[in-house]
Amino acid sequence: MAQIFAYIMSRAGVPDDSAAELAAAAKKIDAAASPTAVVAGWGPDLDAVCSALRASYAEVWKIANDALSYANPELIRKALVKILPPASIVLLSHGHFGMDLSPGLSIKLNATYVPDALGIEGIEGNHLKLIRQEFGGQVSAHVRCDISSGAVITIRPGAFKPLEGAPVAGNVVDKSGEVGAFTAGRRYLQTILAEAGDVDITKHSILVSIGRGIQEKDNVGIARELADALGAAVSCSRPVVDAKWLDKSRQVGSSGKTVKPKVYLACGISGAFQHLAGIKGNPFIVAINKNPKAPIFQVADVGIVDDLLEFLPELTNKVRETHGATAK
Amino acid sequence: MEILVCVRRVPDTSENEIALNSAGSDIERDELVYSINEPDNYAVEEALQIAARVGGTVTVVTVGGEDDEEILRRQMAMGANHGVLITDGSFAGSDGRGIATILKAFVQKGKYDLIMTGVQAEDGAAQVGGMLAALLDYPFASLVNSIEVLEGGKLKISREIESGNKEMNEIDLPCVLSIQTGINEPRYVGMKGIRAVASVPIPTYGAADLGLEASKVGTAAAKVKRVDYFVPTAGRGAEMLRGKREENIDKLLELFARKGVMK
Repeated sequence: MAQIFAYIMSRAGVPDDSAAELAAAAKKIDAAASPTAVVAGWGPDLDAVCSALRASYAEVWKIANDALSYANPELIRKALVKILPPASIVLLSHGHFGMDLSPGLSIKLNATYVPDALGIEGIEGNHLKLIRQEFGGQVSAHVRCDISSGAVITIRPGAFKPLEGAPVAGNVVDKSGEVGAFTAGRRYLQTILAEAGDVDITKHSILVSIGRGIQEKDNVGIARELADALGAAVSCSRPVVDAKWLDKSRQVGSSGKTVKPKVYLACGISGAFQHLAGIKGNPFIVAINKNPKAPIFQVADVGIVDDLLEFLPELTNKVRETHGATAK
Repeated sequence: MEILVCVRRVPDTSENEIALNSAGSDIERDELVYSINEPDNYAVEEALQIAARVGGTVTVVTVGGEDDEEILRRQMAMGANHGVLITDGSFAGSDGRGIATILKAFVQKGKYDLIMTGVQAEDGAAQVGGMLAALLDYPFASLVNSIEVLEGGKLKISREIESGNKEMNEIDLPCVLSIQTGINEPRYVGMKGIRAVASVPIPTYGAADLGLEASKVGTAAAKVKRVDYFVPTAGRGAEMLRGKREENIDKLLELFARKGVMK
């Protein structure tokens, strides 16, 4: 069985949540596997990450270089190609970094690439069977990949539950000497933090959240009226921001805000995983969508298949009637 | 600046309910509305805006069949200078690496400074751009949401990272960028524009034109194969309110009251 590696991202000395998820995914590939964590960075932060990972990985490979103070995927790819044994299986989280690094890494390792795996069904000879999603999560697919020359697999964040296990006091192996000199055609300059918007959607306990189903800018007012009646704020999914109907600060999702409301009304939102990743704290989710196959119905508590543009105004009227005395 | 944008025609998931055929081997495609993959459309718009600022031409290319010509014409109606169809029976069943291999062969026939793809297509794989870059040994950046052309054969780009933050990078040309939606506001394409390019010839390239061996592309080379499609079993699944609209609203208000909404 090929050796399994998990490349772990970290921030300010703390490993990413995916560290435990990748370990769980490795066990799904091979129950007997003892995956090796690989981390890259520089200075005390990197040492802190290594210490933290020793609790869950029997071996931690460390690549320390001041050129890696910021995780440059091109430099990290070059380092990984130098240190990984042939035919390795490499796991990464399917986030913005994994998406950047992994396709090219698979080419340079001459390994098979499977992006965004949600499930792992196991090995059959030289093949690994996995589960992916297509068409915005409306359908799933079994895929079979040849791992005889290795594989690079990115794992859907949150899809694998971390395993409970005793701390292992793993070894840290310094691989820094094996990676050679670093040059890259892409160089990190700086990170620009998101601007604050007029409303902080993270502070609201009720969100009326709109997606592509709102259809046009003029219809945003329909959601705003319901939000006013409920004492809620209006938030949205990515297509609404792409279309410039609402400000980026209103976007819920992995590339937007993480919210923890008590009640979340998903109106015309299909439920892409990047959107769902921004909804935390197990709120009561009501989904209204004209497509009965929308993935949002898999995660909502209550679902209604209806035309948003007719449903929302009627709901608003009813809310006003019922609670007219107290509503704003 | 010579810009190549790799595009793809896909079923429009925002317009379609996707259903499986009885064998589970494919989705039911007969009734589907197809359009250009949305991020690809943003990539073409970005290419047009860059060419307008610094000069140059925009070529759109797709790997597919006759039906895919319509999106090439649509992007030409937007303003792309050239459309190219790469088509060959031996390309069927290509995995991501196969498509990247085909595109690499085409790229090497020309001279492009900047190659763009959309960030991902309907399979959510987000793989071809990064693979193409690695095959060409060009630098790559994904999730790009702004591009500024600098002096000296470089770009300043931003990438969309977590929480709405942006990661700024400098990247050397030639390079490959995968473009995120929202980077610009793609221009409207009317029927008139499409009619205007209806008779412009679209060159096609096959495996022989690109010097591609059958063993390197298509099913023969694919190391990743889809076994079947299936409908995901709903996790917990929503309690569906199936009454008349008025009844559903009453039920919802009851639930709101129970959840402490509208005290």
